[in-house]
Amino acid sequence: MRLLTGNDLKSGAVTWWTGSDWSIHIEDAVDVTGSEDEIARREEAARRVNVPYAIDAELHEGSPRPSHIKERVRALGPTVRPDLTLKPADPEIGNWVI
Amino acid sequence: MYAYDQYDQAMVDARVEEFRDQARRRLEGKLTEDQFKPLRLMNGLYLQLHAYMLRVAIPYGTLNSLQMRALADIAEKYDRGYGHFTTRQNIQYNWIKLEDAADILADLAKVEMHAIQTSGNCIRNISSDHFAGATADEVVDPRPYAELLRQWSSFHPEFSYLPRKFKIAVIASEKDRAAMRLHDIGINIVQNDTGELGAAFYVGGGMGRTPMIAPCINAFVPLDHFVTYAEACLRVYNRYGRRDNKYKARIKILVHELGAEEYTRQVEEEFAQLLDQGIEPPLAELERIRTFFEDPPFDGDADAEIDRSDPDFAVWVDRNTVPHKQPGYVSAVISLKPVGGIPGDATAEQMRLMADLAKDYSFDECRVMHTQNIVLPHVRKADLHALWTALEDAGLGSPNLDTVEDIIACPGLDYCSLANARSIPVAQKISERFAANGKTGTLGELKLKISGCINACGHHHAGHIGILGVDRKGVENYQLLLGGSEAEDVSLAKITGPGFDENGIVDAVETVTSVYERERQDGERFVDTYRRIGMNPFKEALYG
Ligand code: SF4
Repeated sequence: MRLLTGNDLKSGAVTWWTGSDWSIHIEDAVDVTGSEDEIARREEAARRVNVPYAIDAELHEGSPRPSHIKERVRALGPTVRPDLTLKPADPEIGNWVI
Repeated sequence: MYAYDQYDQAMVDARVEEFRDQARRRLEGKLTEDQFKPLRLMNGLYLQLHAYMLRVAIPYGTLNSLQMRALADIAEKYDRGYGHFTTRQNIQYNWIKLEDAADILADLAKVEMHAIQTSGNCIRNISSDHFAGATADEVVDPRPYAELLRQWSSFHPEFSYLPRKFKIAVIASEKDRAAMRLHDIGINIVQNDTGELGAAFYVGGGMGRTPMIAPCINAFVPLDHFVTYAEACLRVYNRYGRRDNKYKARIKILVHELGAEEYTRQVEEEFAQLLDQGIEPPLAELERIRTFFEDPPFDGDADAEIDRSDPDFAVWVDRNTVPHKQPGYVSAVISLKPVGGIPGDATAEQMRLMADLAKDYSFDECRVMHTQNIVLPHVRKADLHALWTALEDAGLGSPNLDTVEDIIACPGLDYCSLANARSIPVAQKISERFAANGKTGTLGELKLKISGCINACGHHHAGHIGILGVDRKGVENYQLLLGGSEAEDVSLAKITGPGFDENGIVDAVETVTSVYERERQDGERFVDTYRRIGMNPFKEALYG
């Protein structure tokens, strides 16, 4: 599957395209295969996202998991600061990223 | 410390307002990201893995307590309560919002700081010896010269769009504590036989994908012409440096391709022409600057003895303090390398504490080291125990300067969008391993440096032991390098062989230190043993 991601223009936060909006939670991301360029153009023009681009991902236990470690780190936050990741209490986080 | 005059302040204030307008236009959609990106980069604002990242310039690493406290306030108010001190003696914040960026720059300007020229193809923050003005081994305090270069290079109209970024270090000692020969220009202020001071110019060093040690192109430029000489070096580079290929655009490639001799010839020719134009700043300006760097009012009766009855304190004194030119004083190093911690990170509370300690014990001054620690340059020996106690209580008392635990690590894949692999977890595991096996002290001086990609922000080429993170088909892999140094015995490290995974690289570091323990002769450091016995014994131990 392909996911569309970028950074929120104002905050810089990593965001994922949900089909109708942007979410900071990768679980909300939808497959954009075939329409990534068009959505990216439109959303960037609407200033809702900064430098959007599409990435490869697979479904993992029902939610998308980026194929590359860099995007997995982006999705959750620095692996060395579990207090700052999006799922601070989840012991599986490390495994999901690595 | 240097204090802004009306011109410095006016320039910085004007830049804040200019950037405020640019950021507003970007947020309103009047600028595209392509248009805005070069503008934000000129103000140190990057877009990294998780958010915008702001890099703040700390000229030659020097801060007063007011500035350190302002950095803490920014960490708390606009970021997530911490900052990261870098190998260029700067600080980076990882979680900045574009809508806050101009306010942060305004807060910085209030304490005579900024983020100008911390990115982009311009002359970056000038770095220097973190013990400048405190050590007995310098021929002169290099900071006034670094400050003069800072002023010369700030908004220099000719050098704002160089082929590539440009880094300058200034030292004034045979001991190199600033990786001087691994800079685009390294300047070492030296004294000749007649006692006259001059600047030795080393040009074309650097790390990155093509590491090079800068050759000396002129061993003695009279100090009343050293800015003109720097100008000549830059002019030749600006004219002939390659703009067609980013990977060949640094001055080291130009010097290498032309040959040091030909490059020098061109510089000398340019220098001769520039001399006629009288571009050297007036001596009065250097004298004005020098007044800011006079010795603080040292206590002439300061006690020369240290009460070492507390054994933990004595270990810290032995490892983390260095001799001072003034009897009764030392320079004390605050380690930002707690075992298992993140090298170079400090919380807002820790920054505030360091600010207080600088005020109470070091004439209101502290320095950022390129090794990502903080120096209190002038501490009375009699105050050391009180200082150490305060540091211990705040988790800042690790006695590990220049040991295997004192690891340089770049942000790596945990934060950096250019990274191939994470650096920080490797540093954490190594420091934990050596703290657990109890060898940190017995291994002596061992400089371990980790980069998360070939850009080498973690100086891996210059580590006695270096580690480079690479991407092997989407999986993190780590190459091991041995034998580098960025000190006066400068050398470039060599790769041992095939790389290792995250746990394997920790084992590999332990393996090579075991070879050192087995082979070392009296007084040899790790790097000395490596230079004497060569790579093979280490390879055999690693790969069989
Ligand atoms: S060395 Fe590479 S990974 Fe590390 S901070 Fe520099 S660019 Fe990023």
